[in-house]
Amino acid sequence: MQSVIVENITKKYGTKKEVVEALKGISFAVEKGEIFGIIGPDGAGKTSLFRILTTLLLANSGNATVDGFDVIKDYKQIRNCVGYMPGRFSLYQDLSVQENLEFFATIFNTTIEENYDLIKEIYQQIEPFKTRKAGQLSGGMKQKLALSCALIHKPTVLFLDEPTTGVDAVSRKEFWEMLHRLKVQGITILVSTPYMDEAGLCDRVALIQKGEVLSINTPKGITGEFKKPLWAVKASEMFKLMNAIKADPEVESCYPFGQYHHVTFKQPGNDKAKLEELTHTGNYTQVEIHSIEPNIEDCFMKLMKN
Amino acid sequence: MQQEKVITAKELTKRFGDFTAVDKITFEVDKGEIFGFLGANGAGKTTAMRMLCGLSLPTSGLATVAGFDVYKQNELIKKSIGYMSQKFSLYEDLTIRENIRFYAGIYGLSNSEIKEKTSFLLTELNLQGQEKTLVRDLPLGWKQKLAFSIAIVHDPAIVFLDEPTGGVDPITRREFWSLIYAASARGITIFVTTHYMDEAEYCNRVSIMVDGRIDALDSPANLMKTYSAESMDGVFLQLARKAVRSE
Repeated sequence: MQSVIVENITKKYGTKKEVVEALKGISFAVEKGEIFGIIGPDGAGKTSLFRILTTLLLANSGNATVDGFDVIKDYKQIRNCVGYMPGRFSLYQDLSVQENLEFFATIFNTTIEENYDLIKEIYQQIEPFKTRKAGQLSGGMKQKLALSCALIHKPTVLFLDEPTTGVDAVSRKEFWEMLHRLKVQGITILVSTPYMDEAGLCDRVALIQKGEVLSINTPKGITGEFKKPLWAVKASEMFKLMNAIKADPEVESCYPFGQYHHVTFKQPGNDKAKLEELTHTGNYTQVEIHSIEPNIEDCFMKLMKN
Repeated sequence: MQQEKVITAKELTKRFGDFTAVDKITFEVDKGEIFGFLGANGAGKTTAMRMLCGLSLPTSGLATVAGFDVYKQNELIKKSIGYMSQKFSLYEDLTIRENIRFYAGIYGLSNSEIKEKTSFLLTELNLQGQEKTLVRDLPLGWKQKLAFSIAIVHDPAIVFLDEPTGGVDPITRREFWSLIYAASARGITIFVTTHYMDEAEYCNRVSIMVDGRIDALDSPANLMKTYSAESMDGVFLQLARKAVRSE
């Protein structure tokens, strides 16, 4: 069963003179119980899309349903059955941790006790601070409280808008572990992120940029679409090496990736020999050349160029 | 040959009440070096950076930045550094030219220097002909690149970059790093924080803060060797997991 269906959604902002097309006809469907990632940089349209699906914003055209309900006609039902964690911390700063949670439970006609099982694991980590004002929590604790509040009415679909932006690598990992445990409970999760490496943690992802979908697939499927052989090259002077590789007319792309440069050729064949010759001519030392599997970021950049 | 040091910190400490935010950190940064300053949220990075920028007085310890003492010469430090973060960069309602003029003026550049810098910067960023565009109308990636170039418009000894590439698309992120390399090649020292671990690998050396201390400091290659990790991500996870405090 499909939990979220998006068909040709467009959204424009601004007046006649300066129109910004935030969404240029986006379509996708999310299966029930899936973790679906919306991956893209700032300005891709992630937040507009989430606001439309949570009935907080009207699209200019297109249709969308959440849990079988239409985002325009059935907005009241949708608001009852979805959980939404906006990108900006939106809880009441002057209420305590417990007061915030009680508030959200009450407006959804439930109690903390009724759905405690669902939030237990997350909430227990901030329960020692339950009398502290939400505004005085650290970033990581705010995030856990916001997630608890988004879950307290046992939503069928959870929308998380950039939950890990600005969060360090360790906390990001822990947050994703929490999401995978929620998935087991049957909750459909739509999560947006600008971090390409998080794509691998989703069941399926939509790569989006400037309001358009670049690709929708499983993470493996996306990397499988990258057809050309990809090479990782490393040498003593990386900056000089990058300029030299880029200057080669046979090279299609060269991007730095940590300690390596990732390189593709316009006409694959003898790639390794060509790179060896290039590094030899330039007298580079500590040269290392090997073929690698593309990651999501390689694919994203390739799709951006086309 | 003795390398010129742009930052020296010795047992630099900052306490807020009974909370030790920065706990006796000792390190040096060479001229022209790209120095990655990593740590989990709450490890003490921001507090340490504020002391080095002359914005916050240390509780104890010693530090010099661009040869100036952080206790007594913080006004001189402010003149010798550049600063840019994702949160604070440019004035959205000023044009590109006006932003350059404003920052260059603040740093005391003469009119002729400003003129020269403006044309250099527009050429370097491929923004010729767009001088009169409002910054608000620039895509995020361009804003960030422009913000960086403006942060070094006065040729500071060192520039502090606080998560400069958050949310930026992967191609622009790499173009941004090309600007960093170019500035470093001109002798400007780069002090950068990031949550992207691949970016940590672009640094000459990286320090990792855990609970207010610097628990590791070395080149990315050596750190990966020491911690038997395939990437800086692996190194970071091993160290940051040890943290007792969380922000």
